[in-house]
Amino acid sequence: MSYTAATVQLLSPEGTLVENDVTAQYLPWIQKLSDNQLKEFHRQMAVMRKIDIDAANLQRQGQLAMWIPSLGQEAAQVGSGFAARPQDHIFPSYREHVVARIRGVDPIRIIEILRGLTHGGWDPKQHNNFHLYTLVLGSQTLHATGYAMGIQLDGATATGNPETDEAVMVYFGDGATSQGDVSESLVFAASYNTPQVFFLQNNHWAISVPVSRQSRTPLYLRPGGFGIPGVQIDGNDVLASYAVTSDNLDKARSGKGPQFIEALTYRMGAHTTSDDPTKYRQNEELDFWTKHDAIERYERFLRAKGADDAFFADVKQEGEDLASDIRARTIALGSPPVSSIFTNVYSEPHPLMDEQWAWLQQYEAAFEGGVA
Amino acid sequence: MSIENLSMAKAINNGLRKAMTDNDKVILMGEDIGPLGGVFRVTEGLHADFGDQRVLDTPLAESGIVGTAIGLAMRGYRPVCEIQFDGFIFPAFDQITTQLAKLTSRHEGSLSLPVVIRVPFGGHIGAVEHHQESPEAYFAHTPGLRVVSPSNPHDAYWMIQESIQSNDPVLFFEPKSRYWPKGDVETSESGFPLHATRVVREGSEVTLVGYGPMVSMLLQAAEIAAEEGTSIEVIDLRSISPIDYEPILASVRKTGRLVVAHEAPGFVSVGSEIAATVTERAFYSLEAPVLRVAGFDTPFPPAKLETTYLPDADRILEAVDRALAY
Repeated sequence: MSYTAATVQLLSPEGTLVENDVTAQYLPWIQKLSDNQLKEFHRQMAVMRKIDIDAANLQRQGQLAMWIPSLGQEAAQVGSGFAARPQDHIFPSYREHVVARIRGVDPIRIIEILRGLTHGGWDPKQHNNFHLYTLVLGSQTLHATGYAMGIQLDGATATGNPETDEAVMVYFGDGATSQGDVSESLVFAASYNTPQVFFLQNNHWAISVPVSRQSRTPLYLRPGGFGIPGVQIDGNDVLASYAVTSDNLDKARSGKGPQFIEALTYRMGAHTTSDDPTKYRQNEELDFWTKHDAIERYERFLRAKGADDAFFADVKQEGEDLASDIRARTIALGSPPVSSIFTNVYSEPHPLMDEQWAWLQQYEAAFEGGVA
Repeated sequence: MSIENLSMAKAINNGLRKAMTDNDKVILMGEDIGPLGGVFRVTEGLHADFGDQRVLDTPLAESGIVGTAIGLAMRGYRPVCEIQFDGFIFPAFDQITTQLAKLTSRHEGSLSLPVVIRVPFGGHIGAVEHHQESPEAYFAHTPGLRVVSPSNPHDAYWMIQESIQSNDPVLFFEPKSRYWPKGDVETSESGFPLHATRVVREGSEVTLVGYGPMVSMLLQAAEIAAEEGTSIEVIDLRSISPIDYEPILASVRKTGRLVVAHEAPGFVSVGSEIAATVTERAFYSLEAPVLRVAGFDTPFPPAKLETTYLPDADRILEAVDRALAY
């Protein structure tokens, strides 16, 4: 349940930089960051944690059918999210709310999914190539690999210019690693040498099934069997997540092929608000990860670098303001138009859609207050 | 007028070549489709002419083929996937039904997925288990997909190109038993849109409807019936989803009797759907119940029993006799 000798960590639990032979290759990525960029990591982690907690409360108050907490996984997501370059394409699973926000998706779009208003929520082309959530575990890994194959066919990668060469990053969890699609995507990625990073957030639990039931071997070793290099990082270390992902994405975009990162982190809350983790997991485990929480650790680092109380108070206020704004906008959300049942099933005209929509309108019109 | 006499396999090959020449976003993906030309040689010569970047020999993983085709379509490509045999489509069933069929809807219109999945299907080739099946109803049942099946080389040449041009996902079922007989292909015009039903033989007493491999069987049955003095109209459905009902309803209003035939099992089938819809829309024109002639509701049997399992002209004529007895 804890880190191993192989785990890459740049920030110790005490909040100091770890300098050794392994970290030497990654630390230059951190040294390039300005103080403001370093502070932004904290801002994103703390603000999204506040929004996440508030969204779970909205579910408890009957405003959402469900919420999928990202609590505890902020460092893995902020680091990797900021590592992606603007031209990169990101294929999430369904818990990457923090990455979504970094790529310009308003959290209300995710709320709309979980309030039952949409199955999509945003147009990836209008949101910095952040693709839609996928609920069927692992399916998105193949879409990501296919997309990366397309980038390659277009000649839009491995030209030697990291500012424009494109790459793909796909997120998935420890549970999804048991899905055939994840293995197939590793096979295809290796076969076609795709410009792609597999970012596995190992949060240790697939609802109630522990990662030990998914794999006898540490998950970062599994891609080795496919001929893809794997690295394990401390997923609660935002600097390790940023530096290792930056390094891996640039390897992928430079023609070195697919890369695989296992970020060890922990789902501090439930799988979703429908879940009760007290039925299957132990307090000692939770205590360990509470002690290794990403935000407190990073706050110690920033304070040592001179960040003051005013900064942290400002971030706290921003989180509260945004959470309150989202709460107000959530409650004001209406219903989608009834016609949307039919409008985008196909891209081209389809007789059944026309017939059934016409029938529904006629049917509804027969009632006082019919909705169509 | 420009007419070539081609097998269906060659007609599809020519159609693919034309589509790839016209649009460089059209790429082929599948198992053994490269230098070998596919196990039925439908893609023969295309790898040599278009190269590795346009004709992708893939790893042996059907979900992987369809899943990566989705990603390629998101990038702007128009992938044409070959599933080697009907019974091997099921490893891709999840990607086809939960992803390919739903992603346009999930994107609320901001994404089209022009993916074609070619599936050699049906029996009469004496093959082993999983190589002779007719799984089309699963896909016709799934909103977001289009499902078509040509019965002759001319339609195959045009329908494969029209399927590739479609901005929606299309399941393209190729009747294996009809790959080799030759027929005239008019290469200057299609004559029918992709989803149009086509009357292939006019008649006045009974209407027969089928698609893909069954159409030649229906024509054979109509020929025998004509010798016995019964006039039969034969309709080639061509498109299983959506179904163009007007020509079927017009025919039934004329004949009053309808028999639907396919190789697939009859329970919850395309035949069931047509029977229900025609009964709803042409009830007062019907002189007899709509009858179905189908494969039995069993697993496809070992090849030595396939001619008993599959509907033939006699089984179709038995149903015609029953319809006429009302």
